[in-house]
Amino acid sequence: MLEVHGVTCVFGGLTALDEVSFTARAGEITGVIGPNGAGKTTLFNIVTGIYTRTAGRIVLDDCDISGLPPERLARLGLVRTFQNIELFGQMTVLENVMVGLHTRSRSGFLSCACKLPHHLAEEKRIRSQAFELLEFVGIPDLADTVAANLPFGKGRLLEIARALAVQPRLMLMDEPAAGLNSRETWQLGELIRKIRENGVTVVLVEHDMELVMDICDAIVVLNLGKKLAEGTPRQIQENPEVIAAYLGEG
Amino acid sequence: MRRELLKFALFSALVLTVPALVKGGYLLNVLVFVGINTMLAVALNLLLGFAGQISLGQAAFYGLGAYLSGVLTTTHGWNPWTALCAAAVAVGLLAFVIGLPILKLKGHYLAMATLGFGIIVFIVFNEYVDVTGGPSGFPGIPGMQIGDLRFDSDLKSYYLIWGMALLVILLAVNLTQSRIGRALRAIHDSEVAARVLGVNARLLKVQVFTCSAVISCVAGSLYAHTVTFISPSTFGFHFSVELLTMVIIGGLGSIYGSCLGAALLTLLPEFLRTFQDYDIVVYGLLLILMTMFLPGGLVQGGEIVWRWLRQLWPGKAG
Repeated sequence: MLEVHGVTCVFGGLTALDEVSFTARAGEITGVIGPNGAGKTTLFNIVTGIYTRTAGRIVLDDCDISGLPPERLARLGLVRTFQNIELFGQMTVLENVMVGLHTRSRSGFLSCACKLPHHLAEEKRIRSQAFELLEFVGIPDLADTVAANLPFGKGRLLEIARALAVQPRLMLMDEPAAGLNSRETWQLGELIRKIRENGVTVVLVEHDMELVMDICDAIVVLNLGKKLAEGTPRQIQENPEVIAAYLGEG
Repeated sequence: MRRELLKFALFSALVLTVPALVKGGYLLNVLVFVGINTMLAVALNLLLGFAGQISLGQAAFYGLGAYLSGVLTTTHGWNPWTALCAAAVAVGLLAFVIGLPILKLKGHYLAMATLGFGIIVFIVFNEYVDVTGGPSGFPGIPGMQIGDLRFDSDLKSYYLIWGMALLVILLAVNLTQSRIGRALRAIHDSEVAARVLGVNARLLKVQVFTCSAVISCVAGSLYAHTVTFISPSTFGFHFSVELLTMVIIGGLGSIYGSCLGAALLTLLPEFLRTFQDYDIVVYGLLLILMTMFLPGGLVQGGEIVWRWLRQLWPGKAG
C-alpha cells in the first residue's frame, strides 16, 4: 500500500530523518512509535507533502507520490489528521465535514453563485453524507455547534470524520490519542478498528503504548531520525534495542 | 436557505422604496455612490472576509473598469454595455495572471504586492496622457442606455446601480453558502488542513481574487457611465484603504455588513458637514470608537441590538 524508501530530511545542519524505509500493508493498522524527537511527525509531514524531502521515494499503490502537494494526494486517496487538531474553528461541525467532501463535488464558481439545479442537488447530497459521517464517529448531535467550541475529544472525532469524508484509501493519524482520557482513548481504538474494517489502511503515530500494542498489526520504531526496528507488536516488545531506546540506555 | 432568501427580499424592498422617501435631490445622488461602493466592498469582502487574503489594490481594478469603459466608448465609439463586458473580461484575465504569482505571498507581503500593483496602475492613469487625459481627467463619457431608456437622471441611475448591486449581493451570498464558500473559509481558518482535504488552495485564492477584481471592474464601468467624467485621483491608494475600512467596519465575512459599511462611510462625511472644519476629526474618532467597541463590525452591533430588543419583548420575537 504505502512504501517509504530511504527518506532523508535535513533541516539546515540537522538530519531529522536518515534513510528511513518501511512498508504499510493494505488493510492493516501500522503504528509508528519512538521517543520525542525521533522524527515521527516529520515523516508524516513528508509523506503528506507538507515538507519537502531531501532524498528518498514514497510509493502509494505502485504510484510514485514523492513531492506531490497535499491537495493532489487527497485526490489519490491519502489523507491525514493533525496532532494539534486543525479544525476550521469558525465553521459548524457539519460544515467542517462538508469541506472534507470538497473533492466529492464539482460545482464551480458560476453554478454556485447562480444556484443552478445540479448544484442544489449536490449540496443536498453533501449535507446528508456529512451527517452520516458524524453518525459514524458518534457526534451527530453536535452538527450545528461551532467547531471552536467543541471539547478536545469531540474535536478529535470531528477531525477523523472530516478526513473520512475524503473517502481515503490510506489515512495517516498523528497522535490521535493525545489529550484524550482513558475512556476516550478506548473509544478511539474501537473507531480506528471500525475504519480499518471499512477498507481504509491506517498508519498512526502514537505515544500511548497500550493503544498501539492493542490495535496495531505492525509497528515501526524510529529513534533519532533512524529506523530502529520493524515488526509485530510482540516482536517489538521483546526487542532489546527498542527497550534500550525507551529506557534511555546506550 | 429560506431565511437568506427572506433577508434578501427585505433588503431589496428597502432599497427599492428608499427613493420615494428621500424625494430626489442631493441625497439620492449620494445613495447612487453608496450602491457603487457596496459592490466594491462586497467584492473585497469575498477576498478578505472569506478567503482571508488582503488586497490594497482594489481601487486599481475599479479604475481600470472606469478607464477601459471610458476610452472604449468615448474614443472608439463602442456601446457602453459592450465596453463594460470587454473591460470585465480584460481585467479578469489580468487579475488571474497577476494573482498566480502574488497570492503565493501571505499577510503583510501580500498587502505590499497588491499595494504596488495599485500604485503602478495609478501612475499609468496619470502619465499615459494620450489615452487617459492624465491628471486633468477624462470627460464626455456617454451614459448607460437600454434601448430607448437613457439613465440620465439621479433616480434612473439609482435603479440601475442598485439593480446591479443587488445582483452582486445575491450572487455573493449564494457563493458564500456553497462548497466554494466553505472551502474559502476553510483556507482562512487553516490552509494546511484545507489542502490536506483536497482543496486546491492556491487556485481557489487566485479565482476569488479574479472574481473580486471583475466585480470591482464592473462597478468602475458603471461609475464612469454614471458620472461621465473620471480622473485618476478617484482610484488612488486612499480609496483602496477606504474600501478596506468599509469592509472591516461593516463586518468581515458578512455580505450585508459590507453594505452597511459602504453606506456608513459614504453617508457619514455628508452628515458631518455640520461640524465644518472638525468633520475629519469626528469622522476619525467615530471609526476608532467603532473598531474598539464593535470589533465584529456593524453586523455585530445589529446583533446586540436585536438581542436587547428580544429581552425587552420576550413574547413577541421568537
